[in-house]
Parts: sequence; structure tokens; C-alpha cells
Amino acid sequence: MKFTSVFDIIGPVMIGPSSSHTAGAARIGRVARDLFGRQPKWATIHLYGSFAETYKGHGTDVAIVGGLLDYDTDDERIKTAFFEAEQAGMTYTFLPETAHTDHPNTARIVLGDDDGEMSVVGISIGGGKIEISEVNGFKLHLTGGMPTILVVHDDRAGCIANVANCLAMHEVNIGHMEVSRIERGLTALMVIEVDENIDDRIIEQISYIPHITKVSKMNT
Amino acid sequence: MNVLFRNVRELVARAEQEGKLISDIMIEQEMTMTHRSKEDIYAQMERNLSVMEEAVERGLRGVTSVTGLTGGDAVLIQNYIKSGNALSGDLLLDAVSKAVATNEVNAAMGTICATPTAGSAGVVPGVLFAVKNKLHPTREQMIHFLFTAGAFGFVVANNASISGAAGGCQAEVGSAAAMGAAAIVEMAGGSPQQCAEAFSITMKNMLGLVCDPVAGLVEVPCVKRNAMGAANALVAADMALAGVTSRIPTDEVIGAMFRIGQQMSPNLKETARGGLAATPTGQALARKIFGDSANVQ
Repeated sequence: MKFTSVFDIIGPVMIGPSSSHTAGAARIGRVARDLFGRQPKWATIHLYGSFAETYKGHGTDVAIVGGLLDYDTDDERIKTAFFEAEQAGMTYTFLPETAHTDHPNTARIVLGDDDGEMSVVGISIGGGKIEISEVNGFKLHLTGGMPTILVVHDDRAGCIANVANCLAMHEVNIGHMEVSRIERGLTALMVIEVDENIDDRIIEQISYIPHITKVSKMNT
Repeated sequence: MNVLFRNVRELVARAEQEGKLISDIMIEQEMTMTHRSKEDIYAQMERNLSVMEEAVERGLRGVTSVTGLTGGDAVLIQNYIKSGNALSGDLLLDAVSKAVATNEVNAAMGTICATPTAGSAGVVPGVLFAVKNKLHPTREQMIHFLFTAGAFGFVVANNASISGAAGGCQAEVGSAAAMGAAAIVEMAGGSPQQCAEAFSITMKNMLGLVCDPVAGLVEVPCVKRNAMGAANALVAADMALAGVTSRIPTDEVIGAMFRIGQQMSPNLKETARGGLAATPTGQALARKIFGDSANVQ
């Protein structure tokens, strides 16, 4: 089931005018920032389908920039997000694309700073609800409804068990987990949904496990 | 996951077997699926109700959107009701004006509660705050109204769509109107099955409605579609309370809406490339608002 809560239907409380193109867009921006782990210095935002056709009219642009500044869907500052971005020292570029995507409301956000960059693909499925379908080229399925840990690691035996052991030691229960890789034997990505918000110390410990290259988290 | 209902048939059967309201079943399901307390869930819905109330009040005082395309119609309708000359009925027009008020606030980038989306956020509060003056519900009953609307919307979202980009306006204002109709019936004392009949009657009359926003804005024709969604919901609720039933079962109506959405041209699904958006005036408005970079084909 894509929708699990009545508040996906009666809600969210948000700044208008569009739940999919404004609230959903803000959420995609915010999750991208969460996954990046800090305030990005720049962002290139590719828009597809209906997003590309109508983003100006729906305030999709200010909403995504607002999300990148960590604003929630009901934050009044979404209206003035371009100005706020300038104040925060973040630059942004919007590129409406003509390529066809599986879902009509798709955004690819490439964000970064002097220390690194990340690519996140988000889709807005209606009523303000979103899914993240790709991170750094890895296909995944992330709804943002549960606290989530993303682990980039070498594709070799034992990595998954080591991360699971670390979580077990801290009595963190795994609700859902998936692993994907672009090519066998190279780099892989673990997406782990857990029951409660994750302490920074656990993230740090996971990052010390051999063959783990990057760990990020998304709390709810 | 403990899902208590996946479709309207299961929802109605459970409510009738247990002698409960549709809203009770929705609250129970929310508790089992999200592991939150009843108080917590109630408090969140109460907050949503307050946001809706504030948006209606703000719209009735008069707002104008950034582009100037919409705003002020809610005030016009309220003044007309006060003139005593209204033909279609004061309660009906009150619902229409409050639906318009909410969507005018939305178009002005004000704070609203999506029900089920922002573009269709006027219908449910519109009918709620209009029937309130006739049925005199308690605050708790008004919160239940939103859970009933949410229960039906939950089924639509999981079995069809509530996104204009995926299913056209029938998925947004159509769903909102049908949700509102079902909730009115429950508040008026109708049975769970009558709620479902009101839902079906409304949705059947919204099938095929396209999403063709001028300049891609949630203004023309969205605001007035919310008005008609509210009117449709009230009339269908009255029909169901009168004992009228739908020949096509609710879940099949929802299935039809889903397939119509799939068959609809992308030009008519929130891309501003067809319908009213593609009319000479629609295109001229788009150019006026966004200049040469407008979404004009």
C-alpha cells in the first residue's frame, strides 16, 4: 500500500498552491538535504513531466529550494525561499527536461559543496506524498515515512552482516531493508528502515566498519 | 501490517458488522498501522480542522492571488446569499462559497490543509462548515467528519489515484467531492452503506474530469471546480439519504476512475498543454503572467 495513514489524505498542512508540486516538491528537497547530511552550497535541479511543464505556476522551484534549506511543507518562508537561499549562500539552477520518466512528477537533484556531491531522484505521487527512487545512481524505494540509514559499501561478503550486527548491538530493530548495486563486485547501497530515530553515535560506528564508504541517515 | 480495509466493501462491512461509524474504523486502523494513541491522532486531526477553519475565514474576508487571476469570489457569493435572492439554496451556496474561499487562499500561497490535495482542498471544508450550521455538530463530530472523508480517500489513493498528474481532476476534485459526500451522510445520521452510495453517486458524476490548469497555476479552473465539487457532494449526500443507490458498486466506480485516468492524454493531466490551458485566452494569460518562457505550446 502506497498510502498508510489517514494524514496522507487529510493533510499535510501546507503552503499552497499544490500538494504534489509544492508540498511534495518541498519534501523531495528536504529529504535530499537530509541524505546529503548538511546544507548544500549548490544544487542543480532537473525537472521532468508535469514538474517541467508547470513548475513556475505551482511554486515547485521555491518549494524545492525551501526543502533544501530544511523547511517543512507549512513553513511560510517557502514563499521567499530564493531570497533565503541567497542569504544562506546556496546557489541553484533549474533545468526543465523533455525526457520521459516513469512518473509524471519527477525531480533529479544534484547537490553538493566543497567536500562532495550527491544525486537524488524523487517523485511526487500525490497529496504531498513522495518516494525517493534513486540515490547516486542506485535504484531504491524510499518513502521517508520511517527513519532510514543509507550505507554505501564495497560489494563483498560480510558487509551486510556487520552492519546488521552493529544495529543489533544497539538494539535497533530493522523494519525493512534492501540492497542494490550498479555492477557486481563494485559498490553497493544498503537501505535500512528502522523503528526509531537513529543516534549519531551509531552512524559513526557503522562508518568505521571495514569496506563501508559512506553512511547517511534520515530521521522522521 | 494490520490493514482493516483495503476497499469500500470491506470498510462498510466492518462498520456495519461491528455497529460502528466509518470514522471509528479509520481511527482504529490509524492506531494499529502507526502505533499512535487515539489522543495523539485526534489532536493532529483537530489541528487540521483548525487550519481549515482559518483558511475559510481568511478567504471569506477576501484574498487575491499573486497573479490576480483569482480571489474575491467567495465574498461575492456570501453577499449574494445575504441578498435573499439565491435560487439554489442558502446552505448549498454557503458550501460553494467556503470551498471557493479555501482555494482562493491556496492560490494566494496561504496555509491550507490538503484534502486530499491542495488543488482540491476546498471541497471538504466547504461542505463541512456549511452543514455545520444546519446539523450543529460537536467539535468531536467535526473531527469524525474528517476521518470519514479520510477513510474513503485512503481507499481511492491506494486503489486509484489522488494526483491530477496521474489521473486528472477526477482524481482530485472528484475524490474530494465523493469523500465529502460520504462524510456528510455520516454526520447527518446515514448508515455506512449510505455513505458509500453518496460516494459512488458523486464520483460517477466527476468521471472524466480533466486537469487543464491555465498557465499551470492552481487557479483557473481549479477554484470553480472546487465550488462545483462541493455542490455535487451536497446533492449526492441528499440523494443517498433519500434512499437512492448506485447501480455500480463503489469499488468498481473507483476502478473506472483509475482506468479513465490511465486512458487520459498526458495533455489533460496537469501539464497545462490541453483543455482550458490551450484555449487562446488560456495561452494569452500564460504569456502575460510568465512572458515568453511561459508553458505555451
